[in-house]
Amino acid sequence: MTEAAAVQPTPALTAPTQPRPVVLLLRRAWRQTRTKVGVVLVLLLVGIAVIGPFLAPHSPTEFVAAPYAHPSSTALLGTDSLGRDVLSRFLWGGRSVLGLALAATAIGLALGVTIGLVAAYASATADDVLMRAMDVILAFPSLVLALVAVATVGPQLWLLVLVVGITTAPRVSRVTRGSSVEIVERDFVSAAEAMGESRRKILLGEILPNVASPLLVEASLRLTYSIGLIAALSFLGFGLQPPAADWGLMINENRQGLTVQPWGVVAPVLAIALLTIGTSLIGDGVARASAGIERGGGAE
Amino acid sequence: MLHGISGFIIRRLLLGLLTLLLVSLVVFAATQALPGDPARAILGRSATPDSLRALREQLNLNQSAIVQYGDWLKGLVTGDLGTSLAAHEPVSQVIGKRIENSAVLMLFAALISIPLAVAIGAVTARRRDSTFDHGMSVGLLGLAALPEFVVAILLVVLLGTTVFQVLPAVSLIPPQDHAWEHPKELVLPVLTLVIAVTPYISRIMRASMVEVLESDYVEMARLKGMPEQKVLWRHAVPNGIAPTIQVVALNLAYLAGGIVVVEFVFGYPGIGAAFVDAVANRDIPVVQALAIVIAAVYVFLNVAADVVTILVSPRLRTSLR
Amino acid sequence: MRTPVLEVENLRVEVEGRGIDIVDEISFDVAGGEVLGLVGESGSGKSTVGVALLGHARRGAKIAGGSVRIEGRDIVGLPAEALRALRGRTVSYVPQDPGAALNPALRIRLQLMETLVAHGFGSSDEEREKRLREMLGEVMLPQDDQFLRRYPHQLSGGQQQRVGLAMAFACRPRVIVLDEPTTGLDVTTQAHVLETVRMLCDAHGVAAVYVSHDLAVVATLADRVAVMYGGRIVELGPERALFKTSAHPYTRRLIEAIPELSGRHALEGIPGTPPRPGHRPTGCYFAPRCTYAVVRCLEEFPAVSRVSDRHDVRCFRHADVLALGAAERRPAAPRLQGPPETLIDVQRVDAAHGERQVLFDVSLAVRPRECIALVGESGSGKTTLARCIAGLHRNFTGTIEFDGRALPRDARGRDRRTRQQIQYIFQSPYSSLNPRKTIGEIINQPLRLFFELGRQERHARIVAALERVQLGPSVVPRYPHELSGGERQRVAIARGLAAEPTLLVCDEVTSALDVSVQAAIVDLLAELQRDMQLGLLFVTHNLALIRTIAADVAVMSGGRIVESGKVDDVLDSPQQEYTKALLADTPSMETALAAAGDRV
Repeated sequence: MTEAAAVQPTPALTAPTQPRPVVLLLRRAWRQTRTKVGVVLVLLLVGIAVIGPFLAPHSPTEFVAAPYAHPSSTALLGTDSLGRDVLSRFLWGGRSVLGLALAATAIGLALGVTIGLVAAYASATADDVLMRAMDVILAFPSLVLALVAVATVGPQLWLLVLVVGITTAPRVSRVTRGSSVEIVERDFVSAAEAMGESRRKILLGEILPNVASPLLVEASLRLTYSIGLIAALSFLGFGLQPPAADWGLMINENRQGLTVQPWGVVAPVLAIALLTIGTSLIGDGVARASAGIERGGGAE
Repeated sequence: MLHGISGFIIRRLLLGLLTLLLVSLVVFAATQALPGDPARAILGRSATPDSLRALREQLNLNQSAIVQYGDWLKGLVTGDLGTSLAAHEPVSQVIGKRIENSAVLMLFAALISIPLAVAIGAVTARRRDSTFDHGMSVGLLGLAALPEFVVAILLVVLLGTTVFQVLPAVSLIPPQDHAWEHPKELVLPVLTLVIAVTPYISRIMRASMVEVLESDYVEMARLKGMPEQKVLWRHAVPNGIAPTIQVVALNLAYLAGGIVVVEFVFGYPGIGAAFVDAVANRDIPVVQALAIVIAAVYVFLNVAADVVTILVSPRLRTSLR
Repeated sequence: MRTPVLEVENLRVEVEGRGIDIVDEISFDVAGGEVLGLVGESGSGKSTVGVALLGHARRGAKIAGGSVRIEGRDIVGLPAEALRALRGRTVSYVPQDPGAALNPALRIRLQLMETLVAHGFGSSDEEREKRLREMLGEVMLPQDDQFLRRYPHQLSGGQQQRVGLAMAFACRPRVIVLDEPTTGLDVTTQAHVLETVRMLCDAHGVAAVYVSHDLAVVATLADRVAVMYGGRIVELGPERALFKTSAHPYTRRLIEAIPELSGRHALEGIPGTPPRPGHRPTGCYFAPRCTYAVVRCLEEFPAVSRVSDRHDVRCFRHADVLALGAAERRPAAPRLQGPPETLIDVQRVDAAHGERQVLFDVSLAVRPRECIALVGESGSGKTTLARCIAGLHRNFTGTIEFDGRALPRDARGRDRRTRQQIQYIFQSPYSSLNPRKTIGEIINQPLRLFFELGRQERHARIVAALERVQLGPSVVPRYPHELSGGERQRVAIARGLAAEPTLLVCDEVTSALDVSVQAAIVDLLAELQRDMQLGLLFVTHNLALIRTIAADVAVMSGGRIVESGKVDDVLDSPQQEYTKALLADTPSMETALAAAGDRV
C-alpha cells in the first residue's frame, strides 16, 4: 500500500496580515483614476491658495494699469475693474475661500457626528428631539439662512463660518445617524453592552469606527458644498469686502468687463470649479471603494 | 380620527406647519438680534427725536418682542407682510409679480430636468459599466460639484459674452410682461438650474434601478419566464421609483434656494434677486417675508416627498391601516 | 429503469472573464417522478448548478460548457426567447428565500396569474382562474379573494414559500429545481412543505432536483443523492446506498456530522475549510482534509469509479472506504448532571416586545456545571428568555436570581462580577464581532473590563483562550472578515471564555453554520463544558442536537415551557402532545433511513 500522505487538518492562516480597514479603504480608493485626478486638482489649487501670495508679482491692491487692460508683460492676466493686476489678486484670492470653508466644514462635522451618534444610540425621545431640531435647520436652503443672518448682523467672517457650519451639521447628522442605527442593531454592540462597556466607549470604540466609510464620503461632499457656499456668499458681496482679494468677490467685481477682458472672471471661476470638482472626485473614489469592499472584495 | 392614509397626510401637513412655525420663530428671532434701530435707519441721521418716536410708535417697535411676533404672524396669515424699508411700499406689492417670475423659472427647470434625469438614470442603469455609463458618471459628478453661480458664470462666458455670443447675459424682462413672453432671456437661467439638479436625480435613479435590477425578485421574474418588457416595467420600475421621488422633491426644494444666486447673476426679476437686494439694504420686512415664502415652498415639497413615498410603497401603505 | 427527463452532461460554469471554474464535470440524470437531492456545504457550487438547470447563471458567472437536456432538448446555448419560453413552463424554480423572491410591490394574485398568462396556459380567462384556485388548493393555501389581494409582506414565511411552490407548479412543468426551500422555516412547516413537494412530484410525474445543505432533510425526500464538494460531484447514488454504505470519505464525514435524536455518537466536524473557486488544489480537492489521503490523492484528480448499480464515486481509495464499513464512531461522552443547587433561578417571568407579550409565566432552574437545553421553534420565546437572563432584554416582570440574589434587568445595572459570570454567545458569527477590530482586540475586551492585568498577562490569556477553541495565535492580528463562519464563532466562544464565566448562554450558535461546522462547534462546546465545568444554557430549535451536549431540557412553545426534565426522559418518552409532534417532525438520520427503507 502507498504510504499515507501528510494530512493538514488545521490550515494555518498563511496570508500576510492586513492593515486597519480604513487604510485598506483609502488604498483602494487611491487605486482609482478619479481619485488620483481629484487629489492632483486639490493639491494644485491648495498650492495656489497657500503659496500664491509668495509668488504674486504685485500687491493685490496696487494699481498697475488702466482698468480692464489686456494681458501684458506687467499684468500677465490683464487688469481688473479698478486697474489692479488680476494675476496677483488671483494668487492672493484662494486663502479666504479655502480657509473659511475648511473651518466651517470642521465645525459642521464635529457637531453633526456628535448629534448623529447620540441620536442613534440614545433613547427614542432624545432621537426625536435632536432630529426635529435638525429638521428645522434643514427647512431652509443654507444660502437663505446665511443671508438672513447676514441681513441681521452684517457680513462678518466669523458669522459666515458659524452659519455654514451650522447648516452643514444637520446633513452630517442625518448620514451619521442613518449609518449608526444599522450598526447599533448588530450583535457586537449588544455583546459590549452585556459586558457592561460604558456608553462613551461603545459610541467611540464600536460604532464610530464602523461608520467611518460613509462619514469620509460625506465629509468630502460637505467640503465641496462649503467651498461653493462660501464662494457664493463672497460673490454676492456678503463675504470678504473690497478691497480684499477673494475669488468669489473677484468674479462679481469683474463681471461687467467680460466682453472686454475675461480673465478677471475666468481665472477665479476656473479655480473654484476645479477645486470643487477635485474634492468631489476624491469623495466619489472613496464611495466606490467602500461599495466595492462591501460587495465582497475584501483586500483585493 | 387621524387614521389611515388621509390621517397620515393630515398629520404630515400639521407637522409641516409646525416646522414652518418654528422656522418663522427662528427668522423673527434672528432679525431681532439687529444691533441698531430700524426707525433711525429709515429716517436717516438727521431725524428729530419726535419723528423717531412717532415712527417707532407706528412700527410697533415699543411693544415686547412677543407681541411684535404675534402681530407679524397675524400679518403673514392675512397677507399683510409689512412695509418695505427701502421701497416704502407694502411688501406684498414689491414681491407679488416676482413670485410669478420665479415660479416660471422653477417650473421650466423642473419640467426639463425631471424627465431628463429619469431617462439618464434608467439608461445608465440598464447599461451598467459600459463606456457610456462611466462617461456619464464622471460628467455628472463634475457638474454636480460646481456651485450654481460657477455654472451660471461659465454659461455666460461660454454662450453669452466670450466664446460664443448667442444668448443674453442678462435677463432683462420689463416689469409689466410675463416671463414666458421672453424665451431667449429664460434659456440661460433655466439651463443653470437644470444643470444644478439633474445630476443628483439621475444618480439616485440609477442607483435605485441598479439595486432593483439585481434584486432576487427580478431574478425570479426572469426565472419564471416573464418577457423582458414585463420584467422591466411591471417588476422593476415600480420598486425603483420610490427613492427617486423623494430625491426629486428634495431637489425641487433645493431649487427654491438655488434661484437666489441664479437670479442675481442674470438680473432676473424674481424673488431671489429681490432677496439679495433686501439683504444688502438690510430691508428686514422683505427679508423676513421672502425667507418665509422660500421656507414654505421647501417645507411643502418635503411633505409632498414623504407622502408620495408612502403612497408608492405597499409595505408602508398597509402598515398605516 | 425509467427514461430520464433531465440529463446533465459535463456541465461547466465559469467566473465570467477569468476562466476560473465554479463547477465542472457535472453529470447526472433524473427520471420523471424521481427526486434527486443535490447536497453540499457553502462553496460547493450546488446553487450554481441549480440555476444552471434553467440556463441561468448569476451575475459574474456564465455557463461555459456541457449540456442540460430536458426531454432530449439541450437548453445550453438556446437563444434568449426560447429559454424564456421554457422557464416557468417546462422547467421551473423554487427559490431559497421566498420573501426576497416575491415582488414587494405586487399583489399575490398578479404574481401567480402572470406565470399562467406569460406561458399561454389555458385558452380562456376562466380556465386560468380555475387553474389559479387549483394551484392554491394543491399547496394548501386559502383560495379566497381576500388572500389573493395581499402583498408578500402580509404573509408568513411558510405561506410565502407555498406561493413560491404554487408558482413553480403552475404550468405543470417537467422539471423543477428547488433551492433550499425550507431554510428558515419551522420544523413543522418544513415537514409540511416537504410533504407537499413529494406529493406534487408524484402526482404529476415531475423530475425534481432538490438542492440543500441539510442531509437529514434530503434523506427524507430524495430517491437519489449527489454530493458536491469544491464544485464537483464526488459521489452519486441511490439514497439508501449512499447513506448506509457511502464510498467517499467526505460523504462519510458529512453523515457523521448530522445530529441524531438518539445521541449515541459524538458529533464530528471536519477540520479545515473547503476551497474557494480559483483556490482549488491540484489533486483531489478534499485531500487536504481527508484522513484516508495518500500521496496519489494530492497529485491526481480522481476519475469517476462505479461502485455498484447507479452508484458512482470519485475517490482513489473508495474500495478501502467501503471495506472499512461503518467505522467505529466515537461514542458520545456522558453528560454530567450538576449538583442540586441553583445557579440561575427564573421565577414566573412575563416578557414583552413593545406591546406584544412573548413570555407567559416562565419558570426555569439552571444548575451549575451542567448543560440545559432550551428548545423551541422560532417565536417560542426561547431567545427572549435567554436575553432576559443575560440582561439584554429589559421589558419583563418577575424575578431572575443569580446565586440566590435577584438580578437587575439591565446588564448595565449589574455589578461587575455578575456581568463577568454570565457570558452570551450570539447566533450570527457575522454580526457578533466588530469588523473594525482585530481578533486580539475583540478578545481583549472582557479582559479589559473584568480584570486588572499587565500587557504580557493579557496577551497570554488571549492566546490561551484561542487555543482552547482550537485556533492558533496567528489569528490574533487578523480581522473577522478574514475568517470563515465557523472560525468566527470559535472567536466568539473564546471571547466568552476569556471572562472566566460560570454560565455560558449559547443562543442558536450553530444555526448560521454548515452541518460539518455545526458538528465541530457543538462538539467543542460539549468538551469545554466538561473540561471547564461550565454551566451552559444551550438554546436551539434543533431537537436532534441536544442529546450530545445537554443533561436537561426545557421545551418551549408560544412563550410557555411545555415540558421539561432530563433529556433522556423527555426524548425517549415525551409526555406532551407538542413535544411528541416536534419529535416526529424533526428530520434526523434515523427517521430518514427508516423512511428510505420504505421507498425502494
